[in-house]
Amino acid sequence: MKRKKHSRTSLQRTIGRWWPLFLGPVVLAFIIGFVWPFIQGIYLSFCQFKLISDAKFIGIGNYLKAFQDASFRHAFWFTALFAIVSLVLINVLAFMVAYLLTQGIKGSNLFRTVFFAPNLIGGIVLGYIWSMIFDGILSRFGTSILLNTKFGFWGLIILVCWQQIGYMMIIYIAGLQNVPGDMLEAAKIDGASKMQTLFKVTIPNVMPSITICTFLSLTNGFKLFDQNLALTAGQPITVLAGGSIKTTEMLALNIYNTFYNSASAAKGTAQAKAVIFFILVAALGLAQLAYTRKKEVQQ
Amino acid sequence: MKKSKILALVLSLCMLVALAACGGSKTPTGSNSPAPSGSGSSDATGSVYWLNFKPESDEVLQNVAKMYTDKTGVPVKVVTAASGTYSQTLTAEMDKSAPPTLFNIGNMEGVKTWADYALDLTGTPIANELNTDAYNLYDENGKLCSIGYCYECYGIIVNVDLLQKAGHSVDEIKNFASLKAVAEDIHARAGELGFDAFTSCDMDSSSSWRFTGHMINLEYYYDQEGKAWTECPATIPGNYVDNFRNLYDLCVENSLVSRNELATGGHDAENEFKTGKAVFFVNGSWEYSAVSETVANTTMIPYYCGVAGEEKAGLNCGTENCWAINAKVSEADQKATMDFMVWCVTDPEASRMLVDTFGVMPYKNAVESTNGFLAAANEYAANGCYVMNWATNYQPNVDEYRAVFVSALNQYNADPTDANWEVVRTAIVDGWATQYKNVNG
Repeated sequence: MKRKKHSRTSLQRTIGRWWPLFLGPVVLAFIIGFVWPFIQGIYLSFCQFKLISDAKFIGIGNYLKAFQDASFRHAFWFTALFAIVSLVLINVLAFMVAYLLTQGIKGSNLFRTVFFAPNLIGGIVLGYIWSMIFDGILSRFGTSILLNTKFGFWGLIILVCWQQIGYMMIIYIAGLQNVPGDMLEAAKIDGASKMQTLFKVTIPNVMPSITICTFLSLTNGFKLFDQNLALTAGQPITVLAGGSIKTTEMLALNIYNTFYNSASAAKGTAQAKAVIFFILVAALGLAQLAYTRKKEVQQ
Repeated sequence: MKKSKILALVLSLCMLVALAACGGSKTPTGSNSPAPSGSGSSDATGSVYWLNFKPESDEVLQNVAKMYTDKTGVPVKVVTAASGTYSQTLTAEMDKSAPPTLFNIGNMEGVKTWADYALDLTGTPIANELNTDAYNLYDENGKLCSIGYCYECYGIIVNVDLLQKAGHSVDEIKNFASLKAVAEDIHARAGELGFDAFTSCDMDSSSSWRFTGHMINLEYYYDQEGKAWTECPATIPGNYVDNFRNLYDLCVENSLVSRNELATGGHDAENEFKTGKAVFFVNGSWEYSAVSETVANTTMIPYYCGVAGEEKAGLNCGTENCWAINAKVSEADQKATMDFMVWCVTDPEASRMLVDTFGVMPYKNAVESTNGFLAAANEYAANGCYVMNWATNYQPNVDEYRAVFVSALNQYNADPTDANWEVVRTAIVDGWATQYKNVNG
């Protein structure tokens, strides 16, 4: 008993006394930079405002407007489709590249660097560069990425694949290098084929990497903004007498465009959309984490 | 024990410093706040904070501000919003503890949004300096929200020497038929002449406004039927959409770049004109200083589009450069701002710098303009031609309206059929009603 108390005095007591000093600044910064704006954002979604300093509480009207907005619903389905397709493509391709580059082929390090490099370029720049590339090709056929929703969709997919595969590849390589050698050896001795080894031994062992990569690519897919803005900015727009729909506009861009719409009620609506957006992304992200975590194995 | 305590102290100090460094980006506001309280005198004299919306004039405005501070000791801060982000910047800046005292309300949409924040300028010293009230913006209660500090004009810029080289002259162009004849002749002989009729007509955001924000003015102008709008109409008749098509088609079809390459842009129309690759360039008076560097002999002609009586058309004159004083800052700041504005339009040196940048300042005591395109505008007016007012300033929910308009034009450019022109018409006419409803509920 006495001993225990003594050991507590040496380290734990020091921590007990000093923790506010260590934790305080970070907590303070987190509150200023995240918690407070977040709470204010939720409050503003129930307000009508031009400047946030003179907001007027109006109840749930903004949410009703957000759900009634056809462009928001369109943006949701477009974004969901985009997120799923990009999630699958990015992860399958990134895993394949990572697998190939851990087989000990010559120049692996060079390839890793090259594949990772696109990730270092900003989204706006990428968007403009790719719009030039796509139109360089499409103009030969008398069309443009801005003229067809399908072109816009696949253009965005190609762009994010090109940008993110390298990043996910690094995570997968780290996972693959952690697969215990003795397990692989045991599989070999037991006469497992290459395919069997891959699916029964390797993949279950890299499940933690898959969890993090699918989480990142799913949330990135939903949150995509700058690439969308620079590549198509929502074009082509379906022009209708009663309104128009930007057919390649994703959720984040839709919220942005709503916010800077000049209608005085629009800012509150955009704020409501942003809160819905947050709940959606958080729920999907957590559900996916819970699902893939279950598949992880103990090493 | 002692060591670990010291270590803990050092580490936490490091963190605090790091945190302070994080907040460092906010020091402009931090260092500003002591300034008014620290110097009681500046409270009495006030200070000026001009939120400028034109990146191209930032350098000159900074110099003018410095000149004023050197002369009077009144601090003048000029902040320029990045291109295309003025409304975002204004929204953010207005919320701060030291908001802009002087800002821009350039069109009726701006009046709608910012009227509450604009001081009534009726009968103020700056209003008394004006020589016309043509560029003033009033809200629905008749409050003078903002006043023009310069005005501009747009139309079709012509390289007179190249036109002559092609065997034509400016005098020959009197209406749409003659413009069309000249442009088509030059385009047909482009290979032999070494230059084309029109510069490229890109539809990306750096260039599309020349058509969706300027050329479309001819449609709105004639829609007004001689009675200039005083507020944004809920709908427009769109009787002259086909006239817009006449001129738009003429520009696009007789230009350096074919129509299916315009959507994503990437061409530099100004440079094409400056290097003598084309005779005509759709743009405005603000291009004069850039263009006249290399093109010695240049003028501007009206948008001829096939409307009856257009031989009497002049240039499109108006402005989006309008000063408003923030009604919610201290009286001392308002007075300092007013004094600064009056100085800008009366001081010979300052008004020279501003006029050279902006073109013309419509004030009694400002210096004369040297802008050739504005001279052309005045000449048309002096010859009894009608000035086409900037009805485009009324475009409701302007960014959205133009985005839809551009998309429709892209579709039309890919396949220029009558059916696709109907989409453009929908974007222009029904789009107006939609956006009007969107803004006004």
